[in-house]
Amino acid sequence: MKSLIQKLVETPGPSGFEYEIRDAIREEIGDAADEMRVDALGSLIARKGTKADGGMRVMISAHMDEIGLMATHIDDNGFIRFTRIGGIYPLTCLGGRVLFMNGTRGVIGSDGLERGKVPQLSDLFIDVGAASKQDCPVKVGDVCGFERPFIDLGKRMVAKSLDDRVACAIAIEVMRQLKSTPHEVHFVFSTQEEVGLRGATTAAFSVAPEVGFAIDVTRSGDTPRPAAKMATALGDGPAIKVRDSSFIADHRLVNWMVKTAEKAGIPYQLEVLEAGGTDGHAIQLARSGASAGCVSIACRYIHSPSEMVDIDDVENAVKLLVQLLSKPIVLD
Amino acid sequence: MSKTTEMSTKYMPEIGDDQIHLLEKLCNATAVSGDEHEVRKIVLEEVKPIADDIRVDALGNVLARKLGKGEDRVRVMIAAHMDEIGFMIVKNHEGGLFEFVCVGGIDERQLPGKSVLVGRDHLPGVIGAKPIHMTTKKERGEKIPLSSMRIDLGPEAGDKVKEGDRATFATRFEVLGYSIRAKALDNRFGVATLIELLKHAPENIDLLAAFTVQEEVGLRGARVAAYAFDPDMAIAVDSTPAYDLPHWDDEDENVRYNTKLDGGPALYVMDSATIADRRLVKWLVETGEESSIPYQFRQPGGGGTDAGVIHKTRSGIPSISVSVPSRYAHTAAGIARRADWENTLRLLHAALGRVTPELLAGERRD
Repeated sequence: MKSLIQKLVETPGPSGFEYEIRDAIREEIGDAADEMRVDALGSLIARKGTKADGGMRVMISAHMDEIGLMATHIDDNGFIRFTRIGGIYPLTCLGGRVLFMNGTRGVIGSDGLERGKVPQLSDLFIDVGAASKQDCPVKVGDVCGFERPFIDLGKRMVAKSLDDRVACAIAIEVMRQLKSTPHEVHFVFSTQEEVGLRGATTAAFSVAPEVGFAIDVTRSGDTPRPAAKMATALGDGPAIKVRDSSFIADHRLVNWMVKTAEKAGIPYQLEVLEAGGTDGHAIQLARSGASAGCVSIACRYIHSPSEMVDIDDVENAVKLLVQLLSKPIVLD
Repeated sequence: MSKTTEMSTKYMPEIGDDQIHLLEKLCNATAVSGDEHEVRKIVLEEVKPIADDIRVDALGNVLARKLGKGEDRVRVMIAAHMDEIGFMIVKNHEGGLFEFVCVGGIDERQLPGKSVLVGRDHLPGVIGAKPIHMTTKKERGEKIPLSSMRIDLGPEAGDKVKEGDRATFATRFEVLGYSIRAKALDNRFGVATLIELLKHAPENIDLLAAFTVQEEVGLRGARVAAYAFDPDMAIAVDSTPAYDLPHWDDEDENVRYNTKLDGGPALYVMDSATIADRRLVKWLVETGEESSIPYQFRQPGGGGTDAGVIHKTRSGIPSISVSVPSRYAHTAAGIARRADWENTLRLLHAALGRVTPELLAGERRD
């Protein structure tokens, strides 16, 4: 799975510009899906299975977009001012390297900063080595993501955009391993999650699921003096989300996920996230509503160019989802 | 007898006296979010004679359709919000003094001393400001809280004004050479443009015109209008700030101008609510290049338009926004250029004429 994850994290695709990652995912899915389509906002929707006795229409959502930057102004000396696409924090930008969708590479520099002052995005700029505005291969509206290679640390992996390409990899693996299902499962590789769950909102409307699971990363509480007290830790298993700030998971579904994990001997942890939103919100509120939950991967340094996850958590997440989708989902 | 009996009467969009007069009527009308009656009335008068069908929905949106001819017509929704930012009376303090709140995003610092018009009868009043003789230096350095401002209508106003009445700045529309000065250019520019586009809708599309309500308080009218129309694609026509004044105090370039006057219609690639469908960006850029119509890109970043809710409606609708730039948005008086408005109308009219099913046939990509 590591090589699949590497391929996905290293493919550029900030919110709104997911065409390359969509192609990569589609290629990886191959014939593991019964049918595939692309909707109006660019989400890739792959259906597997048809509803049988005890089956439901199920939506799985993993977002393909990553956070990034968009050029707002090229100054007379060829420096590029920019705005954020999704949750970008100035401190994680300083000294960072970027890759534009048109292939141009650059580094993020800053205006002179007062000692002790946290910069704002407007104090930063991208330097692509251009000598002037005319010389600059980037124009207003061009888009870039962080550029950092994937590194394999054995049990742990480090890369940019594990949020949420690790979930895309999980969804693809589930499609490959799912031999039979009583459900009609729609695997949605959604767009524009980072700017407001937009792709999942419209995909959920057209899929109209009865039950849905988002797959996303979640914060972990296992670094020295973490910002939030969280029990979630790398290596403790896929996290079954109880709630985040965008939705409260259906507790019947949470119970069923716990039961399923315990029965199959799959390690798991429970997750309560006080900040952050996921596609689960969009699934829950689609049309007349759906039962929604989320399988999360504990992740350190989220939205920095070097996020870290545990490979066992990832592989166990695949196992858990295959188990959940192979049999009826019982909500009581 | 002329040889050329078949003269070309191809319509060339222009901002002439009729269009200026229409914009003047619209800008001078009061239509604060939630009570768009006065503008709706003008819209209905203009559009009823030429639309194939027209209705006013539960929120007050005017939904008008001009159907084209031929098979496989693309259904294009164009949204222009009728409402403006303004004020609402909340308490009668006797003697003609009324406490009020703002409706929509208004910087309270620019209110003291402004003339306003209250209610459907346009009763004139003033947001009173303390004379300088009575202020201390310290006071003058501080912001006056909204809760201590009052609209003074004089004691005769008494029964004519009640809680819930809306008010706007009293600025009257004026043409200043090649510029226009008015209140509510955001978004009477959009309303006037959409009326013109409807009047000359090309036959290759179904033009679904939504004159929406309550954009300034949360894009509310557009949400239900898009659900009702369920179009193939959508354009929001609006007006957007130009912060293009020169910097006096330092040498630096102005890098945060949003848009510039005289730059032509502003195309949105991204604001805080919508990332434009690239196929539509390309379509508008190609139209501008082919027809030699100037255009500019609005700086990506903040703000939002009706497209923000339209593109997320139902299973998703490819959308883009186009705005007429104006200085001093959301204040008593905005300044804009006639030519920017004319080029916005020309660009959109030409673009609509080039819409084919192929435009949206492929996947959303660059």
